[in-house]
Amino acid sequence: MTELFVLAEHRRGELRDVTFEMLTKGRELIARADVDLTAVLLGHNVKELAIRLADQVKKVLVVDDARLKDFNEVAYQKVLTHLISERKPVLILIGHTSFGIDLAPSLATKLNVPLATDCIDINFEEKKPIVVRQVYGGKVNIKASLRTSESYIVTLRPATIEAKEVKPIGGEIIEVASPLKEEPTTKRFIEYFEPPAGEVDITAADVLVSVGRGIKDADSMPIVEKLAEALGGAVACSRPIVDKGWLSADRQVGTSGKTVKPKLYLAVGISGAFQHVSGMKNSELVIAINRDAKAPIFRAADFGVVEDLFKVVPILTDRVLQEKKSSK
Amino acid sequence: MEIIVCVKHVPETAEAEIAIDSSGKGIKTEDLVFDINEWDDYAVEEAVLIKEKLGGRVTIVTVGSEDADKTLRKCLAKGADRAIRLTDKAFDGSDAYATAKILYGVIKDLPFDLILTGTQAGDDGYAQVGVILAGFLGIPHATMVKKIELMEGFTRVNRELEGGLEQVMEVGTPALLAVQTGINEPRYVSIMGIRKARQKELKVLGLNDLGLKEEEVGESGSWITVEEMFIPPVEKEAEILVGGLDAISSKIVETLRARGLI
Ligand SMILES: Cc1cc2nc3c(=O)[nH]c(=O)nc-3n(C[C@H](O)[C@H](O)[C@H](O)COP(=O)(O)OP(=O)(O)OC[C@H]3O[C@@H](n4cnc5c(N)ncnc54)[C@H](O)[C@@H]3O)c2cc1C
Ligand SMILES: Nc1ncnc2c1ncn2[C@@H]1O[C@H](COP(=O)(O)O)[C@@H](O)[C@H]1O
Repeated sequence: MTELFVLAEHRRGELRDVTFEMLTKGRELIARADVDLTAVLLGHNVKELAIRLADQVKKVLVVDDARLKDFNEVAYQKVLTHLISERKPVLILIGHTSFGIDLAPSLATKLNVPLATDCIDINFEEKKPIVVRQVYGGKVNIKASLRTSESYIVTLRPATIEAKEVKPIGGEIIEVASPLKEEPTTKRFIEYFEPPAGEVDITAADVLVSVGRGIKDADSMPIVEKLAEALGGAVACSRPIVDKGWLSADRQVGTSGKTVKPKLYLAVGISGAFQHVSGMKNSELVIAINRDAKAPIFRAADFGVVEDLFKVVPILTDRVLQEKKSSK
Repeated sequence: MEIIVCVKHVPETAEAEIAIDSSGKGIKTEDLVFDINEWDDYAVEEAVLIKEKLGGRVTIVTVGSEDADKTLRKCLAKGADRAIRLTDKAFDGSDAYATAKILYGVIKDLPFDLILTGTQAGDDGYAQVGVILAGFLGIPHATMVKKIELMEGFTRVNRELEGGLEQVMEVGTPALLAVQTGINEPRYVSIMGIRKARQKELKVLGLNDLGLKEEEVGESGSWITVEEMFIPPVEKEAEILVGGLDAISSKIVETLRARGLI
């Protein structure tokens, strides 16, 4: 029977959430087809991770090799090329993460297997995968088909499919001998680097006023700082603000920044790209100010204000200060 | 140092009204402003910084229509030395795979020590072209690069992972590096600067010049085909506050007070 591979992603001894999201999707896909769901785990001393996966899936293929300890695209690509050529899975699901972005296109090119990246959904129609992707910053979606092939590779956007776990099923763990011959010489993992922590911990704040590119220039930053101060909260931001150096990296909310869950998240001039939204969507109350009524941030907010931030924010700040004075 | 940078000319859509065109597979672009892909702006800057330090030449390559010259001139004004535009009717409908093939068609015959691309294009967002191109060229790559240090025979790069963590890798050169935003501060160029750059070389090549066959590019040479474009269904939408700035501010304050946030 043919298989559907889910490539387990792990870092520093822990499986990453996207693995379970992919397993959930995989389970859904095989329910309608005569296909086995197989988790593929590459790493070193990963017994515990294999056991954890075997709770969720009938078959876990494990390749244990010291050269697979930390993610290295060259080593991963070689091992996966071997496994895929041997077992010919119909579909390989990989996370659209920093690892997946480095690996999937290289694997697909090597195997000459069609690839669709950053998909938010996938289904089979007449044995061919049909994927859904977001384009133009999340304003429109496309449905796309892949060129007919024996196998397909699809990368799934993290945090879009809700991971559902099944009762532990005690699946089989199959150890496969590592096909790696020598140390990869063209690419070496050296170390992890953790930028130093800043003076403000936005994950601990109850109130966040988060600013995006709509603020236009550094000189305008005080208007959001004043609002944050009035509300007794901290200033957070989207990525472009950090890229421009207007705030330090520890203020950034999103996939490559922090995940926050404040009581109030006030998004000011932020469009609501998925990389941003996945870092704040669990906030208790979200209010968004954006002059574009179609901005995706309004799909992640409870209340929306479709106005120029330069007009609303100062008035709102005054109102908050008045309110505080009168309630004293 | 011979550095090649791949850049894409893309529509700015963050603040624009987007409408689907009559084919149902693309957007209407007539009223949109096009510019260099955000990620590629950082790639060009990085190339120019390296050239300023070590000397050499920066070549810009794009697959696009004549309109892309605006972006190419901008790159030349920033300090790139020459530009190549790859244009052909047959290229229409190319996905990341076919685009990488077209780029390979010209780059395979150019000298290079380093190739830079963006991590992704802001329009279709495949995040693939660079890595596929590296595969065709048989050179190593690294994506989501936030720092580049060039050494003898290799480069040490920081790759961005999730949650602010980075991974330091050593990659043998020549290599292809796909850069992430924030790696540097792209310089600003004036209209004057762009005008001056008009003297620099801008070459246009087509399908035949690259030794490619028609079926290898465009839709027939692609991995994926767009079947349909649609506005995403709205699962949840914010309650939009209306009634003027004062009324809106009052409503927000009331809501916050009701929740004990003020
Ligand atoms: C691998 C990867 C990781 C990423 N990680 C992150 C991350 O962790 N966090 C993150 O935020 N992004 C991240 N991004 C970037 C993300 O894709 C978006 O580019 C980014 O979030 C956009 O920021 P923005 O909303 O501030 O800017 P834009 O998208 O430019 O939006 C600006 C908004 O401001 C509005 N606006 C403009 N002027 C005004 C005004 N006067 N009044 C009111 N509104 C106004 C506009 O209508 C627009 O909606 C990542 C991208 C990649 C590829
Ligand atoms: N049409 C193109 N012409 C030149 N370079 C491109 C083109 N499309 C993509 N690229 C390069 O590949 C990177 C990744 O794009 P993509 O894989 O389409 O998300 C971009 O940042 C560019 O550097």
